[in-house]
Amino acid sequence: MNHQGPTPKPVGDIDRFDVKPVNKKGNRSLYKPRKRIHPKRIKGAFRNFKWLVMAVTLGIYYLTPWIRWDRGPGAPDQAVLIDFPARRFYFFFIEIWPQEIYFIAGLLILAGIGLFLVTSLFGRAWCGYSCPQTVWVDLFLVVERAIEGDRSARIRLDQAPMNASKAAKRIAKHAIWLLIAAGTGGAWIFYYADAPTLAIDLVTWKAPPVAYITVAVLTFTTYTLGALMREQVCTYMCPWPRIQGAMMDEESLTVTYRADRGEPRKPFRKGETWENRGDCIDCNACVVVCPMGIDIRDGQQFECITCSLCIDACDEVMNRIGRPRGLIDYDSLANAERRAQGRTGAIRFFRLRTLIYLAILALVGGVMLTALLTRSDTQINVLRDRNPLFTRLSDGSVRNGYTFKVLNKARAQRTFVISADGIDGITLGLVGSDNLNDNTPYVTVKPDRVQSFRLLVTVPGGSLSDESHDIRFILEDINTGKTATYDSIFRGPE
Amino acid sequence: MAGQKDIDSISGIETTGHEWDGIKELNNPLPRWWLWIFWACVVWSVGYWIAYPAWPLITGYSKGLLGYSSRADVAAEVAAAKQDQAVFRAKLETASLEQIRTQSDLLEFALAGGRSAFNVNCSQCHGSGAQGFTGYPNLNDDEWLWGGSLADIRKTITHGVRNDEDEDARTSDMPAFLRDEILTQPEVADVAEFVLKLSGQDHDPDRAGRGAVVFAEQCEPCHGQDGGGDPEVGAPALNNALWLYAGDRDTIIETVSYSRRGVMPAWGRILDEVTVKQLAVYVHSLGGGQ
Repeated sequence: MNHQGPTPKPVGDIDRFDVKPVNKKGNRSLYKPRKRIHPKRIKGAFRNFKWLVMAVTLGIYYLTPWIRWDRGPGAPDQAVLIDFPARRFYFFFIEIWPQEIYFIAGLLILAGIGLFLVTSLFGRAWCGYSCPQTVWVDLFLVVERAIEGDRSARIRLDQAPMNASKAAKRIAKHAIWLLIAAGTGGAWIFYYADAPTLAIDLVTWKAPPVAYITVAVLTFTTYTLGALMREQVCTYMCPWPRIQGAMMDEESLTVTYRADRGEPRKPFRKGETWENRGDCIDCNACVVVCPMGIDIRDGQQFECITCSLCIDACDEVMNRIGRPRGLIDYDSLANAERRAQGRTGAIRFFRLRTLIYLAILALVGGVMLTALLTRSDTQINVLRDRNPLFTRLSDGSVRNGYTFKVLNKARAQRTFVISADGIDGITLGLVGSDNLNDNTPYVTVKPDRVQSFRLLVTVPGGSLSDESHDIRFILEDINTGKTATYDSIFRGPE
Repeated sequence: MAGQKDIDSISGIETTGHEWDGIKELNNPLPRWWLWIFWACVVWSVGYWIAYPAWPLITGYSKGLLGYSSRADVAAEVAAAKQDQAVFRAKLETASLEQIRTQSDLLEFALAGGRSAFNVNCSQCHGSGAQGFTGYPNLNDDEWLWGGSLADIRKTITHGVRNDEDEDARTSDMPAFLRDEILTQPEVADVAEFVLKLSGQDHDPDRAGRGAVVFAEQCEPCHGQDGGGDPEVGAPALNNALWLYAGDRDTIIETVSYSRRGVMPAWGRILDEVTVKQLAVYVHSLGGGQ
């Protein structure tokens, strides 16, 4: 390393140093100011599809809590309800207990793998169509457009000095945004309590504080993220743009500018020929509609949420100039490569990656479906006492204590009889019953409840050959004869 | 370092100049709102210092304007729990032990409270599972020195065993037969042999035969003709498999020679009546209750 710095070059009588200020003002900005994006309105097939997705997803979100589902007396009649105080999750005909949280885990796995599959097939379809951020930003844009006009009117308004008309428009816009945000937060809480009751409590100020706090927090986040921050959320906050790269490959379809057809781009005047030039007339219609503020012609980039509005914009232009549509279209990197080599493009949905995702989906889905269909309305959990491991009785017999939990998932009170086998001369007694050695412990469990019992199991001293014996508990519904079993062990002296 | 910008040729963005295996870090600027959030957090933290306990001082800490204290939270929760318990405690106060045992909600409350009180007060000697140790009875089994009915258990807990503080304490005195020179060493050995016979263990029939005579004279009044014991006087059964101080020959000789005097405090003077009731129901539920 040269410690004397760059060699000075003589300039006249005085040497001039070859140096640039490290902290020159122009180099100083570590923080990037945000430039507003004003996407222009566009009509087309993808836009229509996005309207449809928006209607369906918002419809599901807002209406689901209001669907009723009769479960009989004493049970909530809301089709979808997450009942935290009672520790129950209701989903139409399914009622999930905390002990069955694996159904939720399975559902999350299905959702995750489903997302991987869709991404490997169609790129960021989730981002472009159904992500709540995208849907709500679209909704907020509708409001903005209705009040302030389309792109050029909005830009003019931004630059105009503040006056009564501008202030009125701004206030109206933000007021409606806040209303939508409040409505979003307001709908959320209906999933956690009986919707009609909570709605009345909410407006009469009788709802619990947590309801108002939740609405306030979600209003704030919806307004901030959806109305104010918009594309900043996708570009800077969301991890998915970074993860998606691992899900996609060269065969994944994604929104692509077909450079082979478009280049060299050049403005087009009537009467000119299409010889020796590309179809792109450099009209920037694709840029002006982009909600992310990017140019799709720069190729795949992580800011692109593949909302496909540039496809609609370009197709409209192609129609007008009489060139084939699809200059911007769903396409894959592999297709671009094939075309460059003069071959025709092809779509390959079945690839090792997608087949593996499908296999995992089928496996997890199959396991969950089996678990759901074979789900019993009775379950037992048996915990053996650890302290003491066993108790010796005066006649030399040995006793173990068990905590016996019975889950009655039925909506009726039921009576069961407990039995056990595995060791000769085994007798059972229930703590709290009149006769500890009656050997026919009957337990009654209230509807939709878990009840815990202390069970004492005694065997004659001579019948133990080992310090540990396998035993099996059997719980039988005395009315239906249906049984549930639990395998445990019995400990004796060493 | 001479101010030369290193521009990444693919993205056209300046790099930080740091390089790992040919990969360079792009120097993309953060969005400005990120900076705002940072400052907002700084402002928030200053507010938090003022509002909540934050700064350690030489003696204590800054209390904060809101007067928040996690200890006060705990105290409020404990008070609320005590309030909830008060309903059940009032019921336990008037209910008989038998009523508590047969009413499932009272039983559940009594067992929970009893288990907790047992772990705090009793487990030091009887063990956390009430399994006992040498000299400290196992409360899970079916042999009771002073009776295993609810009333007996309650009385034993309330007044204790062989203590000076409660005149109703359970008391009995087994003589130290050798030390007090009531029996000679061979007589003690003979009677120990007879006790081995009573409990069905290996024994010398001749000595046991001589021991039977001694037993009838000295031991029978308390331990009974067949060694069945007598809970009235705290005399344990000698004809079964359970031993408070082991049932081998040497230990039995030691017990006969020098006697045993287990003690227990009078818990009625330490704990309130409801807790004693809960303890009685809990101990009774462990499996040996009569």
